[in-house]
Amino acid sequence: MASSIPGFESAELAPAALLPGAGWSPLRGMLMRPAGLAGLILLTLLIAVGAVAPLLTGLDPAAVTGPSLAGPSAAHIMGTDAIGRDLFSGIVFGTRSSLLIAISVGLVSAICGLAIGMSAGFFGGAADDILMHVTEAFQVLPRFFLVAIVIALFGPGLDRLIIILGLTSWPVLARVVRGEVLATKQLDYVLASVALGASRFHVFRYVLVPQVLPGALVLVGLIMGQVLLIEASLGFIGLGDPNVVTWGILAGRAQGLFRAGWWLAVFPGIAITSGVLAFNLTADALSARLQGR
Amino acid sequence: MYGIHDLAALRCYSALSRLTNRFVVRRLIQAVPTVLGIVLLGFVLVHAAPGDPVLALAGENGDAAYYEFMRERFGLDRSLPEQLLTYFTRVASGDMGVSYVQGRSTVALIAERVPATLLLTTSALTIAVLVSIPLGALAARRPHGARDVGINATVLVVYSAPSFWLAQLAILLIALKLGIVPVQGMTTAGSAASGIGHILDVARHLALPAIVLSLQELAALVRLTRSGLIDELHRDHIRTARAKGLSESRVLLRHALPRAALPAITVIGARAGQLIAGTVVIEIVFGWPGIGRLMLASIQTRDTPLLLTLFMTIALTVVLANLITDLIHGILDPRIRVS
Repeated sequence: MASSIPGFESAELAPAALLPGAGWSPLRGMLMRPAGLAGLILLTLLIAVGAVAPLLTGLDPAAVTGPSLAGPSAAHIMGTDAIGRDLFSGIVFGTRSSLLIAISVGLVSAICGLAIGMSAGFFGGAADDILMHVTEAFQVLPRFFLVAIVIALFGPGLDRLIIILGLTSWPVLARVVRGEVLATKQLDYVLASVALGASRFHVFRYVLVPQVLPGALVLVGLIMGQVLLIEASLGFIGLGDPNVVTWGILAGRAQGLFRAGWWLAVFPGIAITSGVLAFNLTADALSARLQGR
Repeated sequence: MYGIHDLAALRCYSALSRLTNRFVVRRLIQAVPTVLGIVLLGFVLVHAAPGDPVLALAGENGDAAYYEFMRERFGLDRSLPEQLLTYFTRVASGDMGVSYVQGRSTVALIAERVPATLLLTTSALTIAVLVSIPLGALAARRPHGARDVGINATVLVVYSAPSFWLAQLAILLIALKLGIVPVQGMTTAGSAASGIGHILDVARHLALPAIVLSLQELAALVRLTRSGLIDELHRDHIRTARAKGLSESRVLLRHALPRAALPAITVIGARAGQLIAGTVVIEIVFGWPGIGRLMLASIQTRDTPLLLTLFMTIALTVVLANLITDLIHGILDPRIRVS
């Protein structure tokens, strides 16, 4: 059924690549592909920038540290904004907060999606029916607008942003995981091990989990990319937390200042695009690797 | 008189249409709890929000008499179940309250803006479909060839870029530097043109936002067409078609593409929410007078009744889009109807 992530509808995972004990061969396989290599390098780089943010810039991104609307120069590599805040330190600290948002949402939706998808596929029957109807209902909720109205009603804050996005991003994951569990349960070697007396826990722990996790990782990566885009759009229309510098908030400050300061639009956009690209490239390469292509 | 074969065909057709009807009815019934859930969500949000719910319904700048009026009107002085009942009856009758900033019905305010948004969205979707099919086919023709890699890489970057940023770049590069098309609005300010002149004026303003909005849908559809075609081109019926001596383009267009296009319908439907979100942002950047601008204004003035109505309108539109997608899918692919 409907997945909002194109190109992954036919992500039937090739069992050969996923047999327990395949170990880190997916990683090695990804590094062999230019796209996967680029994605992993970009991702590592961004995480490193976020981790050591204060070492990269001496300037406080929230403080006025220069003339207003100064173009890129030696003192301000990416220029300054309308009231003289340094854009480069904003981008550096924004990397930290934007990635934290994406990873937190990724974790919440991974937990929800795996729990619901696994239970639906594992238990089947009525539990499956109910869980899948719930999933469908969550899937049609427009995430962007739900977060927008919650922030408008409850006030801005990263906590609600992460909770709402986390609680609405899992349906695609749950569906794929369920499908994978249902398909795996029917495989001959699984039926054989059940016939030999393998417990339900054994099947769950040694068959289903290793089979489902790599594919789930692909989707979580794509979800994190989408979350970066949603966060950016929210910050852009003024719904970000004003106390936290994120890429989206920086991008929003460029609105109406095209003629006066192109750098205000260009650099935050490059940061957001590279962040999303890092997640998409990595997920893409992992999925290609899992499909044995 | 009907011949025996015609009768068989007729019986077959009527069985099929009965199946289709049953599918349509079942799918409509399935949508009911979702719709009720969304309406309920609106109620829960207003009541869970910090502070008096009357503030969420009537805004923060009213006086005591107005709050009293709104309390009574929305039954806020009664018990929660009673309130819920009143709320559902009001929503069912299309009464979603009054924008406290503009003093008019929120439903009417939104209805005014829908045509502009619809024009932008449908134009973008048309561009996306028309351009994505040839691009996807071009890429699938020789997988991992130079053209495929080029198209793939471009599409992935476009798919990863925030739409407001693409809009900002388009304004910077095309509208401001080259000056080919106007930067803002839907019509030239002060222009009294009517008829053809008016249509051309709107088209000139529409071009850039529609193209920018189409880019993400386009990227999604190219990826899908490409992967669908590559899967399809390995199948037996394609080998048969090639063995018959059909030209490669005929194999691609007549035998592979129709089957590969089926998932595209699902994806267009499933992305309805993202498309509307993209539209809102693009409208804001280009000053297009649709629901996006209305939403921005309602956020800035904290016009909660309007914002709530907007949310419900959009959520219900997404449900409707999914419903239509499923129905079309069911009509095109009989297997869906029985499962």
